[in-house]
Amino acid sequence: MKEIVAIIRRTKLDVVKHALDELGFPSMTVVEVRGRGRQKGITEIYRGREYQIDLLPKLELNIVVRDEDVDRVVDAIAKAARTGEIGDGKVFVLPVEEIVRIRTGERGEDAL
Amino acid sequence: MLISTALVILMTIPGLALFYSGLVKKENVLNTLFLSFAAYAAVSVIWFIYGYELVFGSDIHGLIGMPLNPFFHSVIESHALYGTIPLSLYAVFEMTFAAITVALISGALVERVRFGAWMLFVPLWLTFVYLPIAHWVWGGGWLAQLGVLDFAGGAVVHINSGVAALAFVLLLRARQDKSLLPHQLAYSILGAGLLWFGWFGFNAGSALAAGQLATSAFIVTNTSAAVGLLVWMLIEYYRFGKVTMLGAASGAIAGLAAITPAAGFVNVTSAMVIGFGAAVVSYAAISYIKPRLGYDDALDVFGIHGFSGIWGVLAVGLFASPFINAAGTGLLYGNPAQLGIQAIGVVATFAYSFVVTMIIAKAIDLTIGLRVSADEEIQGLDLARHDEEAYRI
Repeated sequence: MKEIVAIIRRTKLDVVKHALDELGFPSMTVVEVRGRGRQKGITEIYRGREYQIDLLPKLELNIVVRDEDVDRVVDAIAKAARTGEIGDGKVFVLPVEEIVRIRTGERGEDAL
Repeated sequence: MLISTALVILMTIPGLALFYSGLVKKENVLNTLFLSFAAYAAVSVIWFIYGYELVFGSDIHGLIGMPLNPFFHSVIESHALYGTIPLSLYAVFEMTFAAITVALISGALVERVRFGAWMLFVPLWLTFVYLPIAHWVWGGGWLAQLGVLDFAGGAVVHINSGVAALAFVLLLRARQDKSLLPHQLAYSILGAGLLWFGWFGFNAGSALAAGQLATSAFIVTNTSAAVGLLVWMLIEYYRFGKVTMLGAASGAIAGLAAITPAAGFVNVTSAMVIGFGAAVVSYAAISYIKPRLGYDDALDVFGIHGFSGIWGVLAVGLFASPFINAAGTGLLYGNPAQLGIQAIGVVATFAYSFVVTMIIAKAIDLTIGLRVSADEEIQGLDLARHDEEAYRI
C-alpha cells in the first residue's frame, strides 16, 4: 500500500476530484497548506507598503491505495492538476505500514 | 442624543476594537480587542467619579474645571438641564469621547505593550492629558477663551490621541516584526463601517440637538469620509496601479478624523476639500514620513488621527462659515485671524499631549515596564499574557 501526497493548485481541486471519481478512487483527505517551490511569490499591499509573499496557498491531497493502483492514480492526478505553468505542484509516493478502519477494526488492504 | 451617545460607544466597542484587531497577527487579536474594551470600561468609571467635572466644571484659571460633585453625586437626581437635554445626558455623551480618545492610542502600541502598563496608563493619561485639554477646548478653558473652534474633537480627540501615540511609541520602541500583514482584514473593514456609522453620533450628535446644525454636520461628515476614501484609492492607483480595501477604509477614517473639528462649521464643498486633504496628508504620513523617521506607530494612529486632526483643525480656520454656524468664521469668509487661533490650538494640544504622555509613559516604564518580553512578543500576547486563543481547530 502506498500514500499518494499531491500538492496542487487550489483551483484544481474540483478537476482532480472529478478525475479520481471517474477512476473509482473517491477517498481522500484535503489539507490547506502554504508552500513554495520555484514559483515566484506574489506582492501584497497594506497601507502603502509592498510585501513579498513567497509562501503560496496550495492544497495537499492524501490518498492511500494498493501498490498496483499507484501509477493510475498518480497519472490521473497529474493530468488533471496540470496547467503547464510553474506552480502546478508535485506528487509524492510514500510507503504505508498499516491501515485500520476505525469503525470495524479491519486492518491491511481490507481497510482500504 | 441618547442614540448619538450609543453610536459613539459603538465606535469604540466594537468598532475601533475590530478595526485594530483585524490588522494584527492572529496571535494578538484578543489582546488588541482587549485594549479598547478595557480602556472603555476604565474611562466609563473614572468619568463619573471626577472626569466630567474636571472638564466641564467651573473654570479655574482657564486650566481645569472645579470638581464639586465627586461620584456625580446628586447630579442625576437634580434633573438639571443643559440646553434642551438632561445635563446627565450631556455628561455621558462626553464620556464616550473621552473613552474613544484613550482607546485610539492603543493602535500604535499593539503586539508589544504590557497589558498592565496599558491599564496603568489609561487612568493616568485620561486624568493628566485628556481632561485638561478637553477643558481647555470644550470646558471654557483658555483655548476656548481664545476662540479655538473644535466642533467634535479634532484637537481634543484626534491630535491628542495621535500625538500621545507618537510619544508612547518612541519609548515603547518597535516590534520585532513590523510587517503589517492583517490576519483578518474583513474584521477591520467591519470595524471601519461601524466607525463611519457611529461617527454620525460623534459629529452630528455634537450639535446636541436634532435639527439644522446636526443635519449639516451629518452631511459634511459623510462627504468628507467618502472623498477621503475615493482620494486614497486614487493615490494608490497612481502609486501601485491597484486599489486596496485597507487603503480605502483608511482614507475614509482620515476623512472622518479631519472633518471632526469642522463638522458644525463648514459646508459641503469645504468638506470635500477637507476629505481630499486628509487622504493626502495621512497617506504621506504613513508612506513617507513614518518609514523615513522609523517610529513604529503600528496601526498609524499618529499618521491618520494625528495628521488628519491637525489638517482638520487648521481647515476650520480656513473654511468656517458663519452661514452654517454663526459661532465660526474662517479666513475664506473674511476672518483670517481664526486660522492663527486654530494654529495655537494645534500647537498647544500637540505640545502638551506629547510632553505629558511621554512623562507618564516614562514613569510606567521605570516602574513596571512598558513592554512584554521578547519571547512573549514572538509567542503572541493572547497566549503569553491572557492564556487565551482566538482561533482553534
